[in-house]
Amino acid sequence: MAASAMKPPMAAEIAKIERQWIARGLERCSPLVFAGWMAPWLIMLGAGVYASYLCLRYGLGVTALDNRFGFGLWIFLDLAVIALGAGAFFSGFLLYILKWKEIKAVISSAVVLGFLCYSGAMAVLAIDVGQPLRSWFTFWHPNVHSMLTEVTFCITFYLIVLTVEYLPILLKNRRIKQVPSFLVFEWELHKLIPVMAGIGCLLSFFHQGSLGGLFGVMRGRPFAFREGFAIWPTTFFLFVLSAAAVGPSFIILTTKLVEKITSKRLVKEQIYQTLARTTGVLLTAYIALKSVDTLIWLNSTSFNAGFAPWEYYEWKPFGGWILFAEIVVFGMVPALMLLSKRIRTRRGAVVLGALLACAGVVLNRFVMTIQTLALPTLSFDEFMTYTPNWVEFAVFGMVIAYAVIVYSLSYRYLNLFPQEKELSAGNVEVNDVPVR
Amino acid sequence: MAAGAKEMNKTNRKYRYGMVIDLDACTGCGACVVACAVENNVAPAPAKVNDRTSITLMRVFQVKDPAPMPARKTVFVPMMCMQCDDPPCEHVCPQQAVELDPRTGIVDQMVQRCFGCRYCMAACPYHARYFNWFDPEWPAGMEQTLNPAVAPRMRGVVEKCDLCHGRFHEAQDRAALEGSDNITYQPACAESCPAQAIRIGDLQNPEDPIQDQIRKPETFQFLVKLGTKPKMFYQSRRGWVKRLAERASPNGNSNRRDA
Repeated sequence: MAASAMKPPMAAEIAKIERQWIARGLERCSPLVFAGWMAPWLIMLGAGVYASYLCLRYGLGVTALDNRFGFGLWIFLDLAVIALGAGAFFSGFLLYILKWKEIKAVISSAVVLGFLCYSGAMAVLAIDVGQPLRSWFTFWHPNVHSMLTEVTFCITFYLIVLTVEYLPILLKNRRIKQVPSFLVFEWELHKLIPVMAGIGCLLSFFHQGSLGGLFGVMRGRPFAFREGFAIWPTTFFLFVLSAAAVGPSFIILTTKLVEKITSKRLVKEQIYQTLARTTGVLLTAYIALKSVDTLIWLNSTSFNAGFAPWEYYEWKPFGGWILFAEIVVFGMVPALMLLSKRIRTRRGAVVLGALLACAGVVLNRFVMTIQTLALPTLSFDEFMTYTPNWVEFAVFGMVIAYAVIVYSLSYRYLNLFPQEKELSAGNVEVNDVPVR
Repeated sequence: MAAGAKEMNKTNRKYRYGMVIDLDACTGCGACVVACAVENNVAPAPAKVNDRTSITLMRVFQVKDPAPMPARKTVFVPMMCMQCDDPPCEHVCPQQAVELDPRTGIVDQMVQRCFGCRYCMAACPYHARYFNWFDPEWPAGMEQTLNPAVAPRMRGVVEKCDLCHGRFHEAQDRAALEGSDNITYQPACAESCPAQAIRIGDLQNPEDPIQDQIRKPETFQFLVKLGTKPKMFYQSRRGWVKRLAERASPNGNSNRRDA
């Protein structure tokens, strides 16, 4: 009786204290609703932590990976999230290098997304390798001929860059900035951000490319092998371009999703149009180059390696449809949708185009990882399939849950969308609580 | 002691070890597979291991020609690391855990440096690399069967055939003590083959008997066009077997066998 009588005042008190952490003028759901939103993600995180423990304690034998599929769900999804997380570096490039001021409306969200994609990918990689404690060997004994060395160096340094970029956003929290030294630190860091954005672009260019190069250099896998310029196979450039193309699309999708969940407008329609047009232009360039690359591969590279390329597509379920889907359905179609102002400005077109573009790049990463390994090279070897088990799904689910949790906290307590206040003006001032 | 060390340093001759495997002689008995596992301290497979998660540094494939029965013919193809002169696994390893030894031509795997990223496994077209998915465990008493010349591998690293490097080192020491620069040895697979189908030799020694073998018209190599320059040669006088050398066929072959 006494407890129930205590409840409403306590909840109100918690809400009041919590309100002091939320930026002035922003409306957020009650702490109870927020806790309800977080609960399933925390459960998912817990399941993933348990699956990670199994991998680290008992070895990767607990997964469905095997000698043929040394790369599986984790590597495929790592490549996918790193491509999607490219929005961070590319929007930084647009804002700080090309001076597209309107990108300011989404830059903080893009940085948080990039940080989550990269840190999540690295967490999965730490579980994916057989001896994670030896990961530092790559820095101590680097093989300069290996694309993976370049990937390791660039991703590690880029994650540091993203952390430095994330810090000023964090330090701008209403309560944290009350501490004078944090405010000074944030101010000093802020001056560094354009430099960081430049370094981030350079690092991203190389690691996105090297992730493509990872497969393009595999002479022993004629399905993936590509010739190129100097030491870089064509997949190097295609991965950079495709990641830059879908980065803005992923920002569109995540922002729209947050708008949908919170029932609020967060950025002006014009920003979506700018991002969509950017994807359209880059995706068109990517698809054009990919088509040329595919033709060269079909007519020359594969034959030189002793393989008739059409045979790759005779192994079911990987028929010619997968190539058609990648280039036409998830390539040309979204490129044209987002390039044409007439189509792009129609209701729902931006989201559909962005969704198709992102799906296309995810499909490309799947093809490069899984299809490459499934196809046999020896004449008497078999085509093999692989189905991930619950441990692999749980570990990946852990990263998704981590990303949702950190993004939700960032959205709640940090001002990720500077236009939010303006777009929802007049709704919230009455609920605001001054900081004591 | 100093004189002995000086004497040992004299064995600086370079080798380029390779093998010739006569597929017409191979009966698929699997003695090479067993000898390889015993020589190289491959731990007994736990119950949960299958043919895709086991360690089989030497593996025998049973391949049948596409003719219908009773005309169908069979060949057994022992496969191991091809000791490529241009190894795709070496180029991709991020921390130089794979090295083509310029003195022997053997592709070495430094398991102590490997962190188990498995990029080398993806890069190898011969599927000759194996990951230690489980902790190696020997039932009580079986540890006495361990070969002291070969270090067992731990969980989470990749391993492969290194042409019985333990035996090579023993032969090298023996030659040094004898003051000879001629290091000859037999890997376990070659030694155990009852049909003498597997022969090792020095590919850069013009007087080595292997030279005659590799020049025979029935000699071929697998996936030469990939440019990996393998040092494993196969022989067969049967045309359909020689045609196995090149690309994969979508008709497939589901007759793979774990010997």
